Amino acid sequence: MTYKQLMLASAIPLTIAGPLAAQTEIEFWHAFTGRLGELVAEQVDTFNASQSDYTVTATHKGNYSETLNAGIAAFRAGEQPDILMVFEVGTATMMAASGAIKPVYEVMADSGATFDQDAYIGSVKGYYTSSDGNMLSLPFNSSTPVLWVNRDALSEAGIDPDVDLSTWEQVGEVLTQLKDAGSSCPMTTAWQSWIHLENFSAYHDTPFATQANGFSGVDTELALNGPAQVAHISAMGEWAQDGKFIYAGRRNEGGANFRGGECALFTESSAGYAGIKAEAEFDFEVRPLPYWSAVADEPQNTIIGGASLWVMEGQTDEEYKGVAAFLNFLSSPEIQAKWHQDTGYLPITSAAADLTREQGFYDENPGTDVAVIQMTAKAPTDNSKGLRLGSFDQIRGIIDEELEAVWAGDKSAQEALDSAAERGNGLLRRFEQANR
Amino acid sequence: MEKRVTFKGIWLPLLLVLPQIAITAVFFFYPAGQAIWQSLFIPDPFGLSMQYVGLGNFEFLFSDPFYRASFLTTAIFSILVTVVSMGIALYLAVLADRLIKGSGVYRTLLIWPYAVAPAVAGVLWLFMFNTRVGVVTWYLGLLGYDWNHVLNGEEAMGLVVVASAWGRISYNFLFFLAGLQAIPKSVIEAAAIDGAHFWTRFRTIVFPLLSPTTFFLLVVNIVYAFFETFGVIHTITSGGPQQSTTILVYKVYSDGFVGQDLGSSAAQSVVLLVIVGLLTIVQFKFIERRVHY
Repeated sequence: MTYKQLMLASAIPLTIAGPLAAQTEIEFWHAFTGRLGELVAEQVDTFNASQSDYTVTATHKGNYSETLNAGIAAFRAGEQPDILMVFEVGTATMMAASGAIKPVYEVMADSGATFDQDAYIGSVKGYYTSSDGNMLSLPFNSSTPVLWVNRDALSEAGIDPDVDLSTWEQVGEVLTQLKDAGSSCPMTTAWQSWIHLENFSAYHDTPFATQANGFSGVDTELALNGPAQVAHISAMGEWAQDGKFIYAGRRNEGGANFRGGECALFTESSAGYAGIKAEAEFDFEVRPLPYWSAVADEPQNTIIGGASLWVMEGQTDEEYKGVAAFLNFLSSPEIQAKWHQDTGYLPITSAAADLTREQGFYDENPGTDVAVIQMTAKAPTDNSKGLRLGSFDQIRGIIDEELEAVWAGDKSAQEALDSAAERGNGLLRRFEQANR
Repeated sequence: MEKRVTFKGIWLPLLLVLPQIAITAVFFFYPAGQAIWQSLFIPDPFGLSMQYVGLGNFEFLFSDPFYRASFLTTAIFSILVTVVSMGIALYLAVLADRLIKGSGVYRTLLIWPYAVAPAVAGVLWLFMFNTRVGVVTWYLGLLGYDWNHVLNGEEAMGLVVVASAWGRISYNFLFFLAGLQAIPKSVIEAAAIDGAHFWTRFRTIVFPLLSPTTFFLLVVNIVYAFFETFGVIHTITSGGPQQSTTILVYKVYSDGFVGQDLGSSAAQSVVLLVIVGLLTIVQFKFIERRVHY
């Protein structure tokens, strides 16, 4: 068979499938594998089966960084997908690329779809809205850090498992008791920069960066070396030296130690729920993230991590209509409530949270609403809306390096955070220059 | 002595080297030229705009103490990987060369690790040395040693060197073994009859006769350590802790593909291009002179 014949032959099924080909295809690139990948596929299948105008094709493009890179490379080649999943630290990069993205509120308005931005939870969508309050991307999977407690480990150390752990002062005392009782890992953490600096700052209503954490302009500078942050990192550094805080790695390496029962306390994303529930053979509990009562009388809200969906520029109007329909489908209470309950990610609309409560999920799984309450108890301020910093992935890398120096005892908290701010500012200036 | 084949005219030889030139042009000169061009700009990731900064990218790079430190890290890493992988390979090759029975099995087993991709090798070693659940870490703990490459830079460097050298030993072993077998037995026997012991024979006859192989492997291994160990570093340490295992190539990747800073990444590629050019010149000018073909 010659090449031409082959082409002809392969074209025949297409002609037969005429009516099907009339469907507009929507390309959706995401970063999920495993269980999450299956759940995304399930959402897409449900959408495709629910209507006949559009077909969404979901493609896995590697981890978060790889997916973003794939999207960027594809845009440069003029082959970009309709929807691209971008993790929260890539937000500033996407926002700055005004010629490459089409803001979600515009997509919705142009396609005539109903779109009520107020239906979305403020502290979730806040990360992805412009300074005038319009949603630029659709939050997809959002989580927030909480304190995971191994109740059995506390009991074994002779501590009342219901002990108050709402402040770091109280946690410090418990850590000492655990250490004295011979615990090899009183506390560990995942995502140290996200939890102990980014969220720490928001939670204590302290700026992480100037210009409202970068929301007001790209001429932002890091403010993470303020007295509150230094005090916290300094305390953590002392705990690390005393063997009360065990550092396991930059990502969620510490999770294995907590799930295995070695660590008593664990600061980790609320989305760690599925894994912990599946593996932990002990009595565990979710508590709100602690705060320093010396710094704030009561905590502000925490901020999110995770990814949002960006709509890429350069597609046909028909495709944008399909995108709008798909995004609306994803935001519907039933789909959101299911996603929230299956994954431990936060619901993106209040309706989905209410539905979950009505369904009795929070009663059956105590603690699963801690994250929702922690995020929504207070209206976000300029310091707790989120972070919008260029080159943020790399800045996190710098912060990781400097924090490691503190845990290893090489640097004081002040030195490390000053250095992190200085090095990070260098990258912020380059980002500012690239996006003038 | 040398035989020279000469062609009449210029067209046939030109035609014969054309494929090679075309490949070099497409896969080397063109991208290298682009890297040099891009290193003069700060582009945004999507290629929507570019800011001309002249040598600004290079100034930014060399004013960064971590980048300057990365040169030393790269040198230490490359030398260690090369010495460890070549030393062990030579030792094993000498042993395998003397083996009479079962040499096939023995050789096959030694060559095996070469089939393991660097990233996979990285994951394997990471499992063994995982600070909390690793088997080796556990045994070290029994001996009273607290292994923690997540915070200890020297341990991290040691681990990436071992993981990078491990797969490379097989490759070097193959070449050393072939080199050893090419040495005429009569020469060695004659020396043995003259009363030269094994070590003397090795030092005065075998090693000098092996020098073309050693030189070739030296060049190839340094290039390997410079460019191909990326997967190992990415999986084991991601350049940490505190950039103690960030070699130059890894920084090109992390700035370009994690940081989306293509200007800086291009400038670093140009710096690497210069370094490797210099290294090759040094190797062929100074070390090759001591090689006996």
